[in-house]
Amino acid sequence: MSEKKEWPLWEVFIRGQHGMSHRHVGSLHASDNEMAMKNARDVYTRRNEGVSIWVVEAKHITASSPSEKGPMFDPAKDKVYRHPTFYDLPDEAGNM
Amino acid sequence: MYAQLVKSTGKNVQSLEEMSPQERAFQERIDRGEKIEPKEWMPDAYRKNLIRQIGQHAHSEVVGQLPEGNWITRAPTLERKANLLAKVQDEAGHGLYLYCAAETLGVSRDELYEMLHSGKMKYSSIFNYPTLTWADMGAVGWLVDGAAIMNQVPLQRTSFGPYARAMVRICKEESFHQRQGFQIMMVMANGTKEQKRMAQDALNRFWGPALMMFGPSDKDSVHSAQSMAWKIKMNTNDELRQKFVDETVPQAEYLGLKVPDDNLKFNEETEHYEFTQPDWDEFYDVLKGNGPCNHERLETRKKAWDEGAWVRDAMMAHAEKKAARKQAAE
Amino acid sequence: MNALFEFLLRQGDNVLVLGHRTSEWCGTAPALEEDIALANTALDLIGQTKLWLEYAAEVEGEGRSANDLAFLRDAYDFRNVLMLETPNEDYGRTLMRQFLFDAFQVHWLTALTDSKDSRISEIAMKSVKEAQYHLERSRDTIIALGDGTELSNKKMQAALDYLWPYAREIMLVDDVDEAMHKDGIAPLPSEILAPWDALVKSTMRDAYLTIPDSNFVHKGGRTGQRHTEHLGHMLATMQVLQRSYPGATW
Repeated sequence: MSEKKEWPLWEVFIRGQHGMSHRHVGSLHASDNEMAMKNARDVYTRRNEGVSIWVVEAKHITASSPSEKGPMFDPAKDKVYRHPTFYDLPDEAGNM
Repeated sequence: MYAQLVKSTGKNVQSLEEMSPQERAFQERIDRGEKIEPKEWMPDAYRKNLIRQIGQHAHSEVVGQLPEGNWITRAPTLERKANLLAKVQDEAGHGLYLYCAAETLGVSRDELYEMLHSGKMKYSSIFNYPTLTWADMGAVGWLVDGAAIMNQVPLQRTSFGPYARAMVRICKEESFHQRQGFQIMMVMANGTKEQKRMAQDALNRFWGPALMMFGPSDKDSVHSAQSMAWKIKMNTNDELRQKFVDETVPQAEYLGLKVPDDNLKFNEETEHYEFTQPDWDEFYDVLKGNGPCNHERLETRKKAWDEGAWVRDAMMAHAEKKAARKQAAE
Repeated sequence: MNALFEFLLRQGDNVLVLGHRTSEWCGTAPALEEDIALANTALDLIGQTKLWLEYAAEVEGEGRSANDLAFLRDAYDFRNVLMLETPNEDYGRTLMRQFLFDAFQVHWLTALTDSKDSRISEIAMKSVKEAQYHLERSRDTIIALGDGTELSNKKMQAALDYLWPYAREIMLVDDVDEAMHKDGIAPLPSEILAPWDALVKSTMRDAYLTIPDSNFVHKGGRTGQRHTEHLGHMLATMQVLQRSYPGATW
């Protein structure tokens, strides 16, 4: 007999009707991946929200650390040349 | 509200000058409207308060299944049965989302259940009232969900990210609940003599308890200031109660029902209704465990939890065996 | 006797009674996820009930509605099989009952999609997708609970032992079935026995459960001849408002 053990936590990602990427919608508990998939279907698609589900056990997710927020994300802030609006073009050039 | 009397662990609200640099940076982020995320630094009292508040909110959803669940097997038509079941199912879902939000603060769902069952954590007083006729399904949806929505809509902007996101999902789903209830009331209020009587009786019994849902008056609510500074409480109890009365009284008139308050009157100057405060002695009695259904509600939850233990254990044991078999085969 | 009406009542009453039993769990399942899943199953079944009973009421042609049929008939006019009116008892028995029904229903509804009666094939087409998911879930749960712990295995075996004598009533054949078969409306329920048996056997093997060595079958539900005592209590609860306030609108 197993000890009193809580069902692990799973993160649920759903792709909606319109072909967008899977999006994190929430979490749930389940004993294994197959139950997690079914539970995700029952909990998170009751209102016809999705056409595809991913479930990942929460402990397998590697998350960026909040204390490294500066070095992780600040360097991208001044790379404005990655955005289309950085480049001024005359109207005559047409849509680009 | 669903978290009516969350005891604050913080003392008085500190001014920015009194705070440590870390606390000040934290408070300034909240003041700027930034979201606090689970792994970020937060004052211990903020974490503890949130666990209590979200936990209480989650418990309220789950215990809140019971008064309405009481009528699922007696719903008068197939359509009503489906609507009510879908609504009560949503409450289970809302409990689930909220427990998950609380879990990001380092407490497990089982631990939260434990605290509910032992009486260490509370749930909203409203669910300790009985549902006696079918009209109560109308009154609960109209008044109880109406009051809940009033509190939950602003909480979508609360400072703690997982809580705010859970509230967004909950508010989206909950929009049909109050309408479902009001529509039942409409049918009853326009129905037979007996149905009208049930509708009025339901309003009589749920009016006071619904007003209590917002918690004690601001002058008696010692924990509000810190929670509001932290943006885990967005409005004062009295503000929300007033808003609820202002919106609900005309709806009762539309239904042709009488709000059970002889002192109720519209003040032309303030443009608000004046109303009698609910019976606060009764409120504290209910919180202490002396409400009409405290015993039944908690026992039902405990029994469900205890009787489900073998199922939860077996599912887990099977998952472990399956994993072991798979490993052995590789 | 209107054979088509009888046939439709059998379909509708099965899902009505099981949907009602399943809805009794609301708020008290072993975990929130299970609570939500059970409610989904119950909602599917209530939805199917409406489709079957609406059609039954039309076929009867006496001006009754689906709700009249559900809420104003007495026990002897119900045509569900006995297994579905047995009490929930515990989670194990509830899921075992669900599985034994789903294992029939998926094959049955699949066959009904070919019905010559277009209304029936439409209802079957909608319902079979729901039944397939119910089966997937109930089968996996049976296997998990049978395999899980010593205690859970014992409980699941007890559930199977209790339900076994009821399980095959749904595949008995009488005049109604012969008439439906002759008209190309439905296959004989007995045709489902072989695939049902295979599915039940393989599932019980995976769940470490032993199928009782008995061919006895309780009957009387699908003919209405003799229901269990449980149905009367269920109806007393379910029908209370319609019975107490005749003619009221809800």
